[in-house]
Amino acid sequence: MSDHKDVDRFLTEDGIDSDREQEIGQHIGYRYDINLLPEMSRITPFLKKYIEVMGWDDLNWLEDVHMGYEEGRPAVFDRNINGWVTVPEDMTLPGNQQDRDMIARELLIRFQMSPNHPLVALKDAYKKF
Amino acid sequence: MAHLKTEQGSHDPGMHAERLAGRTQEVFFSPVEEANLVYPGSFEVDFNERAEFDAAELDIRAINLKIRELMSQGRGTIVVRNPLAKHSLGVGILNRLNLYFEGSLGYFGVGLIDGPNVRISGRVGWSCAENMMAGTVVVEKNAGSCFGAALRGGDLVCRGDVGARTGINMKGGSIIVGGRTGVFSGFMMQRGRMVVLGDAGKNLGDSMYDGTIYVGGEIASLGVDAVPGELTDLDVAWLERKLEQYGLEAPNGVGNLHKIVAGKQLWNYDNLEPAEKKMVL
Repeated sequence: MSDHKDVDRFLTEDGIDSDREQEIGQHIGYRYDINLLPEMSRITPFLKKYIEVMGWDDLNWLEDVHMGYEEGRPAVFDRNINGWVTVPEDMTLPGNQQDRDMIARELLIRFQMSPNHPLVALKDAYKKF
Repeated sequence: MAHLKTEQGSHDPGMHAERLAGRTQEVFFSPVEEANLVYPGSFEVDFNERAEFDAAELDIRAINLKIRELMSQGRGTIVVRNPLAKHSLGVGILNRLNLYFEGSLGYFGVGLIDGPNVRISGRVGWSCAENMMAGTVVVEKNAGSCFGAALRGGDLVCRGDVGARTGINMKGGSIIVGGRTGVFSGFMMQRGRMVVLGDAGKNLGDSMYDGTIYVGGEIASLGVDAVPGELTDLDVAWLERKLEQYGLEAPNGVGNLHKIVAGKQLWNYDNLEPAEKKMVL
């Protein structure tokens, strides 16, 4: 991730800058800053409830979850399905990455804990006990 | 024709040709309607419901099954007495839970966990919390090598010293070491954060692709492509919050920790010419 400050960069541009990127025709690296540390003051009420239920003092594993940009659309990566979950099209994105990350975290929790998550069907089919 | 050939090729050994097509999650998932806070099918436990048992006479499988049985009964706080450094205890727990081990664990303790808060009053062997996904693990004494190997998320804390290759291949999460760490810590680190309040052994952060390492003591040497970084206000705020959470203090204050990041010269390793590789290595 380069030092670009434009939060909409990967929604409006293809991220192809360097000679090497132009040579291969695609962006190298992540489309978001994976090292960005969270500002706890921006936590959403849903996430606050989630960490309370889990017995944690902070975002825990969600510190590594960020809003990314996949094929020009805002999305969050779900490690459990090894795929991207896109943000609903009618959702208005805040103008800064910190708030976007909190939205991505909330969306991911709602998806992973849903009885409609693909892993639920897989678990039913393959669980040993 | 190509399609026919493929189908024939798969039918011959007894398989069928399957057309793989993805479908969007939006078809069956509504973020507005979903409001669960735990995995579907996980045990409903109450942190105020406490249970404890003596593990001295039990084998590894029996101990792990006992923990599972207690969770299925709604026990949210489980104390395991006398683990006697047995291996692979408390692994694969995908539930909210407070789990206390009164004693030491052997190798691969509490690996592959997703959610629980674990406290270990003694020491741990190799690869404690290997592949941990979420939760907290606090070790009161020392830890062996490969502490938090391939860690993916959550907080892993050792109040004492840890061995070599701490956080090898870690892909997320936070490792916090109150004492020293051995050689090749952060080897091939890809993401996440490591905080070492004491000294770090040779080749710290060797071949790290990304992530951040903070060190409070002396660094014997940096590994390939590990370079000093600059502490930001976000770093300081995060470090102060995390250390306070676990009752730890930086020896000379959080603001004086050394920050190590990836130089990112190895990102395109395959594309480098031999002379360039030599330059990087």
